[in-house]
Amino acid sequence: MRVLMFGWEFPPHISGGLGTACYGLTRGMASIPDLDVKFVVPKAFGDEDKSKVEDIIGANNISINGKRLRVSHMSKQLDYIEVESMLVPYVDPQDFWKLTSLKVGETFRFLQTNSEGKFHFTGKYGTTLLEEIRNYAIIANIIAQENDFDVIHAHDWLTYPAGIAAKEATGKPLVVHVHATDFDRSGGSVNPVVYDIERRGMHAADKVITVSNLTRNIVIEKYGVPAEKVITVYNAVDPLKKEYTGFGPKTIDEKIITFLGRITMQKGPEYFIEAANKVLQKMENVRFVMAGSGDMMEKMIRRAASLKIMDRFHFTGFLRGQDVYQMLSMSDLYVMPSVSEPFGISPLEAMQSNVPVLISYQSGVSEILKYAIKTDFWDIDAMADAMYAVLNYPSLQQLFAKYGKEEVDSLKWENSAVKIKSIYDSVVCR
Amino acid sequence: MKNICLYFQLHQPVRLRRYRFFDIGNDHYYYDDYANESNINKLAHTCYLPTNRILLDLIKKYKGKFSVAFSISGTMIDQLKLYAPEVIDSFKELAKTKHAEFLAETSAHSLVSLRNVEEFKRQVAQQVKIIEDTFGQVPVVFRNTELIYSDEIGEVVSQMGFKAILSEGAKQILGWKSSNYMYCNSIEPRLKVLMRNYHMSDDISLRFSNQTWDSWPLTADKFKGWLDGVSESEEVVNLFMNYETFGSVHSVESGIQGFLSALPNVVLSDKNYAFVTPSKAASALQPVSAIHVPSATSWVDEERDVTAWLGNEMQNEAVDKLYALLPLMEQCSDSALLKDWQYLQSSDHFYYMGTKFFANGGNRAYQNPYQTPYDAFINYMNVLTDFAQRLRQAVPQKSQEVKTLQHTIEMQQKEIQELEKQLVKAGVEIKKPAAKRTSSKKSTTSEKVVAESEKKTTRKRVTKK
Repeated sequence: MRVLMFGWEFPPHISGGLGTACYGLTRGMASIPDLDVKFVVPKAFGDEDKSKVEDIIGANNISINGKRLRVSHMSKQLDYIEVESMLVPYVDPQDFWKLTSLKVGETFRFLQTNSEGKFHFTGKYGTTLLEEIRNYAIIANIIAQENDFDVIHAHDWLTYPAGIAAKEATGKPLVVHVHATDFDRSGGSVNPVVYDIERRGMHAADKVITVSNLTRNIVIEKYGVPAEKVITVYNAVDPLKKEYTGFGPKTIDEKIITFLGRITMQKGPEYFIEAANKVLQKMENVRFVMAGSGDMMEKMIRRAASLKIMDRFHFTGFLRGQDVYQMLSMSDLYVMPSVSEPFGISPLEAMQSNVPVLISYQSGVSEILKYAIKTDFWDIDAMADAMYAVLNYPSLQQLFAKYGKEEVDSLKWENSAVKIKSIYDSVVCR
Repeated sequence: MKNICLYFQLHQPVRLRRYRFFDIGNDHYYYDDYANESNINKLAHTCYLPTNRILLDLIKKYKGKFSVAFSISGTMIDQLKLYAPEVIDSFKELAKTKHAEFLAETSAHSLVSLRNVEEFKRQVAQQVKIIEDTFGQVPVVFRNTELIYSDEIGEVVSQMGFKAILSEGAKQILGWKSSNYMYCNSIEPRLKVLMRNYHMSDDISLRFSNQTWDSWPLTADKFKGWLDGVSESEEVVNLFMNYETFGSVHSVESGIQGFLSALPNVVLSDKNYAFVTPSKAASALQPVSAIHVPSATSWVDEERDVTAWLGNEMQNEAVDKLYALLPLMEQCSDSALLKDWQYLQSSDHFYYMGTKFFANGGNRAYQNPYQTPYDAFINYMNVLTDFAQRLRQAVPQKSQEVKTLQHTIEMQQKEIQELEKQLVKAGVEIKKPAAKRTSSKKSTTSEKVVAESEKKTTRKRVTKK
């Protein structure tokens, strides 16, 4: 079976969790015989890891000169897309400040190509995002005509128009994969343009894959997709890389509780601070670390300062690669108080480093983890209580170190891939 | 002649309230009164009172041919007295008939039998007194918390003067043997051991209302048919279960109470059958062999061992930390602390911390107030931390020091007495008056030693100052 897969990014050029998940999934699929994946990204850099996929196609390398689009009404639909406002769904946190200070002066230009008849793609989540999404769809239509495949698989809303275009070009079944919805990203104040693209993608699809039942419910309730069409396939995690282990024992004699992620509304950083404050009223030798950056960082610093706990509360800024794992190796507890988390791979990474995790019930990953403490994101009393308990009652740490790693090691991309293969079978054989 | 021995366990833990770590040192009340009161009231009205009524009627109807046995933990009696005293009254009525036997156990329904012999004996003695005061019976048969039994526990129980003990007829213990005989303890053969027929007991207590069970619906006639299937030579079928079976585990609508009232009628219409209490069975039947139980068994979970309470790190830490307080507890006379000590020992608190059900499902959700085992553990440990702080304040370090010094004095005195005895023996051989003299000397020397050790004490204190 051949799969035409549309993604937005592919390692090593990733800035969000989407690229990691796509890569893990294609690696898992490589273990299934007779399953070949052609992976399409807006911009191919040429240094992507091609060992696990049949081919990586960069939309920036496809010329539209002299090509005819097979779907007449498609361009009409896409005409709606115009850049009216700043739309920054996933942002590389370092770029965020730059982006917000930029003025959007460009107006929408239909099919602007370079001299070779190719579109220019950045493959990032920038200001020209909607234009890129539209151009991506047009290229997808052409790619679909030129390639032979059995099923189309599109990851997240950025690629849904591409998926629809490919389906309309060939009539092949479409599977869309929901890694997040705008309800998670925005906390309820949904961007109507994004919602529209998402909804159209889900309804055009033959099957919708969600990363948790939490997301599945949102797709069914908020997007009006028939329940029997929506199937949950949980994410997994790659085995821990060697260079990320063996940091040696912690040098400070104090306990460390860590929050690691974007400091945005979705991740619930304020609940972490309030819980930390409660613990600090009762305990001395503990420090709290908020690693990451985001639009709520300043507000969080102000809040921590007004609680007068800044001597015990540290902001590290954004951490990458090895720094992440070094931070984890020093931590006694990892906390993810997300308000709405479709899945949430990062607690799994913490568990791989033998760190106990405290996660909110409002995260998809809480549906599959047994060796994790769970609370509601708003229940700061329960959260503080769990923090205190892990630091003071040693058997909890022993228990999590013993079974947590075992549990996380059993979550394999191969298992997710097998489930996805059965979904392909169900749509292809109809 | 086949004997049927019916025994019911009554125990409910005093449920803990949500106790956060910031309550430690601030709030010393640990219990969820609302949950406890509503739980006991509900059980009283759906289960205890109606079932007691049925049993009382049966006992009166069959005039001595029908009898049952109960164990009611001290913790349970406390709660019944507080929330549903009419249940106590109805048990008193049953006790008056002389065909309801009350068994001994640990008053706290604790796991102490696995940890400390002295405290175990103390709790059993306390429970015996409670039963005697409440129901006017002195228990002669023992049953441990959740039927926890091992050779060593049996040995201690025998030393305390009980003539029989109840235990689980666990597969890993019995093997090819049948539970339907009287056995005896392998260390103290005087102690008889009644083995629970778990298959037939669970047919009633676990499966009765399970509509996917191939024997559903279970009727008294059908059950009698199974009893008839038991070989002629087998002597006693032990049906042991929780009393909540009748009306709570299986709802009243399932017909469980009707089943109970019909069973004696069907069984006693056959002359080959008789109902016995554990003590009657113990005096009537001779053991067929000793039963070896090297490691503790219980009637809980598929494993029938103690891993339901001591199966993971959390449970072990909680139990260890609880019983680490024993030396302090021995000096404590504060009644509030003693009550908390009793209630905190309920095995249920540790049961809620179990992680076994992750693997095999199981019906742990039944009456479990916690969402996860971590919740249960965290809450309990917070309470225990506060309790330990209070205990340390109530039992001053100073008195501990005095106690150790008193202990050394006692030990020295004993040593002196023994040496004196040797002297006396030697003295007797020489002359009688000499012996008299030594005995008078004895008192002076021991006084001297006491004085000396007292000096030591004062010296020590001086150096400390």
